[in-house]
Amino acid sequence: MSISLTINGKPTTVDVSPEMPLLWVLRDHLNLKGTKFGCGIAQCGACTVHLGGAPVRSCAIPISAVAGQQITTIEGLGANGLHPVQKAWEQVDVPQCGYCQAGQIMVAAALLKTKRNPTDAEIDAAMQNICRCGTYNRIRQAVHRATRAMGAASVGATDRAGEE
Amino acid sequence: MTAPANVHRRSFLQVVALTGGGLMLGSFSAAADADAGESSAAGDPFVPNAFITITPQGAITIISKNPEEGQGVKQSLPMIIAEELDVDWPQVTVVQADSDESKYGRQFAGGSLSTPMNYDHHRRLGAAARAMLVAAAAKRWNVATGELTTARGAVSHNPSGRRASYASLAADAARQPVPDLAQVPLKDPKSFRLLGKRIPGLDNRKIVTGRPLFGIDVVVPGMLHAVFEKCPVFGGKVVSANLAAIRRMSGVKHVFVVEGAGTALDGLMPGVAIVADTWWNAKTAREKLQVKWDEGATAQQGSEWFAQRAVELAQQPADRVVRKDGDVDAAIASAAKVVEASYYYPFLSHATLEPQNCTAHFKDGRLEIWAPTQMPQPGRDLVSRTMGIKGEDITIHLTRIGGGFGRRLKNDYLVEAAWISREVQAPVKLLWTREDDMRHGHYRPAGFHYLKGAIDASGKVTAWRNRVVVEPYMRVGEWPGRFVPNYLLEVSNLAHGIPTGAMRAPGSNGIAFATQSFIDELAHAAGKDPLQFRLDMLSPAVPAVQGDAFNADRMRGVLELVREKSGWGARTLPRGRGLGVAFHFSHQGYFAEVVDASVNAKGAVTVHKVWIAADVGAQITNLSGAENQCQGSAIDGVSQALGQEITIDRGRAVEANFDRYPLLRMARSFPVEVHFRTTEFPPTGLGEPALPPVIPALTNAIFAATGKRIRSLPIGDQLA
Repeated sequence: MSISLTINGKPTTVDVSPEMPLLWVLRDHLNLKGTKFGCGIAQCGACTVHLGGAPVRSCAIPISAVAGQQITTIEGLGANGLHPVQKAWEQVDVPQCGYCQAGQIMVAAALLKTKRNPTDAEIDAAMQNICRCGTYNRIRQAVHRATRAMGAASVGATDRAGEE
Repeated sequence: MTAPANVHRRSFLQVVALTGGGLMLGSFSAAADADAGESSAAGDPFVPNAFITITPQGAITIISKNPEEGQGVKQSLPMIIAEELDVDWPQVTVVQADSDESKYGRQFAGGSLSTPMNYDHHRRLGAAARAMLVAAAAKRWNVATGELTTARGAVSHNPSGRRASYASLAADAARQPVPDLAQVPLKDPKSFRLLGKRIPGLDNRKIVTGRPLFGIDVVVPGMLHAVFEKCPVFGGKVVSANLAAIRRMSGVKHVFVVEGAGTALDGLMPGVAIVADTWWNAKTAREKLQVKWDEGATAQQGSEWFAQRAVELAQQPADRVVRKDGDVDAAIASAAKVVEASYYYPFLSHATLEPQNCTAHFKDGRLEIWAPTQMPQPGRDLVSRTMGIKGEDITIHLTRIGGGFGRRLKNDYLVEAAWISREVQAPVKLLWTREDDMRHGHYRPAGFHYLKGAIDASGKVTAWRNRVVVEPYMRVGEWPGRFVPNYLLEVSNLAHGIPTGAMRAPGSNGIAFATQSFIDELAHAAGKDPLQFRLDMLSPAVPAVQGDAFNADRMRGVLELVREKSGWGARTLPRGRGLGVAFHFSHQGYFAEVVDASVNAKGAVTVHKVWIAADVGAQITNLSGAENQCQGSAIDGVSQALGQEITIDRGRAVEANFDRYPLLRMARSFPVEVHFRTTEFPPTGLGEPALPPVIPALTNAIFAATGKRIRSLPIGDQLA
């Protein structure tokens, strides 16, 4: 079945089974390996992408359900220079194994679009992805750091092309 | 990770191999090889050993030899070389080694051993290269080497103001005599510029931008995708399967029974392989797969059976006495107080977030493997003996590992992928589902401890008995052996068919819970402060025996440090909230930890903060990575203690995904404050030893908060 959608700003058509989860279309048909498989049941969040700007777990979304929609993956988030969240992740040296971090970054980037200055409770509520290595201290630190960076940059802020 | 990138990497390593061809580890005849070519001044690199390359164009490359699973060795090992080589970190390009024991020695990620096994050796590799560069400069300027200094990749002669970059000296350095590694002068650690600093992960840019990096990301042209269904009962065999029906399903290229080879739990497990054009098609076909299994004897075993057997075995004579000092029975008979308790901890899954996977390409009798494995060299041996392929015909590329924790010390997924590739005569990526991973683990073994202790009228511990059932890891130096005059540690074996293996701080991750909880029970019985009680216990009662490396002074040091940093004894906490302390020695590291936790009216546990005091010797390699390991270990331990358990039912693992095997998330996480106490001992590793004490520190905090003693893990709803 031929399905069209927009991925990282690029109109894309794939010919796959309509039940195939978005995750596997991204990874195995479009060779976008940044979105990770961890559980297959929308528990861990390693597969998080943005659907119309909101974070979703792509392992549990059939491709047919997102036909015609806008998807941003980790590759698209940093397509035009690092997103402040990605920068903060580097500066804080968050990763251990690093496998979950693309998903964590996608959730954090979505959070900071809706909350300019999230409290710790708001971070707790939004950041529900699993980090098996337990880097939560640094994830929290990096979210706060990105918040500050984005606040500083918001003077004359413009939409980042490529992000939705 | 594309094939061309790997080809490039291989080409690079071939260059190293040619220039330093056939060298023994750490030898320096590469210099002689370079000398033989008169064109060397024009552009041959300086390759003093298998780990370092400096080109006349200024590229400085250092090999990172061990698998990277998040423990940070990709930075930390090359940092050690770079420090003694005396180059700035941004000047260095780090290249991940393939598996090649002849060039790099043993390559593995386990036992927190990368640092202790390589620290001194890597310093000498860097120092020897620096000595050759200095000698080259001395010759060029006709000055004594003693007048020369190095810094930031250059040699300087301060009296004359001359300076030469390593790049400009590379060709001449290659002609210098080879220093004896054992004699080469090392830097005074006081002059270290790099070690002890915070160096971020080298793969961070790729990680945060989603570049291919992990085993699961490997793409080989023309590769097919495989799933492999094994019997849910460990070691079960295939009787029959509906192969014809599966073969007709969309995208399926091959489906076949794998009979299995080697021993059931250490070879190739039997099962059914489905190979398709995409992984999703293979997995979808698998959902229609119907297999009749011969489940075997393990189907009679379950968690309840284990518990019953443990009680029976504890009443019978032990299989093995690990340590015996004095007369425990006599001391208990004459004690002022006797405390008795039994402790239990369950099987655990490693639950690496990247599911097990491997890409293998069998072609013309040779195998090429891309694998996230902690143990590539035993992996090659396993594939070799299981499939009858010579070791030298198997190439293993090390990918970044999406979490190891000991699971990937076992190479079952390597041999599965290799076997399937040979069957279908094509490159194959095998990827397990999460359910495969949790149902086919090499689990942290469950353990039962039956403890009895005695204290005299002054509150001193006079006797300690620990009968352990199942636990295979008990050591003669296990604390408090040597520190209690009458002591007995004995083990009963409970034979079973559940595959078990090393999990982060193996043995210690359960032993510390039982031991440090029971010490708390004794402290309470003696009416003493639990931290002071531990300090008081840390005076040897009997002499050390062989195999007992525990240094009580170092443990007292970290206990005192954590007392100070956590404000132990100086803080007033509200009702329902308490501090707990525990310590443990493992992987040559000394750790004392304090947990601040509360329990609400519904029995839910909140951890507010954890303090870690650690002594891993004279030098932290990378402070950022070191703290990250400690923080992650604390989160990992609390996560296990709160809710994790693999239950066995009729020979099968019950919990198969994160919905029933909860991993701690952000909302239940807590700040972890880490303090390192520097001592004069050689540096040791940090991947594991921070974990064991946090679990009993948590359960001891729960006791302080509620008066309820947790003797069985996980905590679950025991406090409700």
